[in-house]
Amino acid sequence: MALRGVHKSFNGSPALTDLDVVAPNGQITVLLGPNGAGKTTAIRCITGAMTSDAGTVHTLGLDPTRDGEEVRRQCGVVSAKPALYDRLTGWDNLIYAAELHGVARRVMKDRIRVSAERFEIEHALDAQVGGYSTGMKTRLALARSVLHEPRLLLFDEPTSGLDPESAQAVLKLIREMTADGHTVVMCTHHLVEAEGLADHVIVLDAGTDLVSGRPDELTRTFWPEDSVEISVEGDPAAISDLAVITGVRRSEPTPRGVRAVLDDPSITPDVVAAIVRAGVRVTRVMPHEPTLEELYFAVRRSARDLGESLPREMAR
Amino acid sequence: MNWHRTLTVARTDLKQLVLAKDYWMPMCILGGIFFVIVPFFLLISITSLGDVDAVRNVANTLEVLPAKAQAQIKGDTPQGRTSYALAVFLFAPMAVVVPLTISTAVGAATLVGERERGTGEFLAHSPAATKEIYLGKLMASLVPGYVTTMVGFTLYSLIVNTIVGPEVGGWFFPTQQWWLLMLWVLPGFLLIGLSLVLRLSGRVKSTAAAQQASGLITLPLIAISYAQASGAIYGTITTTIVIGAIAWGIGLVSTWRGMSGVKRQRLLGVADGV
Repeated sequence: MALRGVHKSFNGSPALTDLDVVAPNGQITVLLGPNGAGKTTAIRCITGAMTSDAGTVHTLGLDPTRDGEEVRRQCGVVSAKPALYDRLTGWDNLIYAAELHGVARRVMKDRIRVSAERFEIEHALDAQVGGYSTGMKTRLALARSVLHEPRLLLFDEPTSGLDPESAQAVLKLIREMTADGHTVVMCTHHLVEAEGLADHVIVLDAGTDLVSGRPDELTRTFWPEDSVEISVEGDPAAISDLAVITGVRRSEPTPRGVRAVLDDPSITPDVVAAIVRAGVRVTRVMPHEPTLEELYFAVRRSARDLGESLPREMAR
Repeated sequence: MNWHRTLTVARTDLKQLVLAKDYWMPMCILGGIFFVIVPFFLLISITSLGDVDAVRNVANTLEVLPAKAQAQIKGDTPQGRTSYALAVFLFAPMAVVVPLTISTAVGAATLVGERERGTGEFLAHSPAATKEIYLGKLMASLVPGYVTTMVGFTLYSLIVNTIVGPEVGGWFFPTQQWWLLMLWVLPGFLLIGLSLVLRLSGRVKSTAAAQQASGLITLPLIAISYAQASGAIYGTITTTIVIGAIAWGIGLVSTWRGMSGVKRQRLLGVADGV
């Protein structure tokens, strides 16, 4: 799935500007960005629900503008609002989706049962959806999205409105889906959700992609050096300059101790030993492993400081 | 064009309608008032009054009807002729007003309702073509009004034949013109009204706006339908067939234009101007 140089505006206001998105097969690609970044519009362009003003969109090797029906037949979408029919039962909602997607009648009921069981909503299928909790609605929407065995799954903030426990359960289910070979594109502004789930991250802002790549590649781009944070008891000023130690490039004080930038993380014990020898008690040693949250803010900071083109090029 | 998907959209919309008491209760009440309550009390009053001045005066006014219509009137007594004329001529336009009112009320909410409830997002991402969605929703809007009218028409026939029949020598209703009106002319006018209202529903921002704006379309249409339905009943069979054919022609062209006019992104509520 690839969007290249996509532009889209509404009544003159740009929603997408030169957007590039590539989602590798069989992986989870997370579109990360604040509200209004263009995540939902990007999803809509991917299925052909909306046509772009400029640029090219290829979904599963097809052009959604020309082959929209075929593209949408192979896509499963869960939008930020579950988009379910409240007056109908869960079963009727699933039947409706199955029929619109052309699921054969002879397998329809089995497919519905299997999907509902997978997302643990089978017990509520006979009840009207209007009486469902938000979590149940999300589970039903997820079950609906996989009924027709799509190759590409598009989840637009699927945990929106869910309590942390339900959100974790939903994310676990999404992770399981890639094990079946599905390609997943998920939009979120919750950095914690993307952490550990994303195989591929694309940071969006104001309708354009700032960076894209594997999380470890991106963190290496923004934090090319290994470092360790050491907390100590008493006055951190008591720690002598660690740069004299072989393998320590530099050190800088922190409110609770020191941060040392290393050639190799394996010399961490040597650094700790040097501090202890100086008579300072060490309370905590923490190798710096940048989180997606730090990455996100670093990307946005760079975009602001250096202009949007620089971090984008860095990631490429 | 995938007819299976079109029928699926229509069936699902109808299912939701059946489950919504707040939709179908007013429908039944409206049909009941026009097809059962008003005709029942009016006809029973006239036939019970006997040969009084009021009835004779009404019978005299029948002379303003076209000669061909006058020739159709059966009955030997003033109350028989009056009740026959009322049953056959007066209530004919109502057969058009009731389904148009009901169907446009349903149709006005259909596309904009999907957008308001957020379910338009589901339809927009589905393989269903906008033509199929439009046509499915048109069918789902047409059925409630037409079915209500046909049920009402059946009850009306029973009432008319039971009350007026003995005065005019037996069961006489529906007449040929009424059959043509119900089965040929009426669906044509419904098609015109709904094709316009659904296009409107795809363009406005809210259901309330759709209801308001659909009034602008349906009121003149009801007036035209009223006049044409009267003409169909008063005139010859040929006139009725021609009126129906014209209505069907306009309705089909309008439906075709509507099918092409609904854009997928209107279901999402992000099309320019929405």
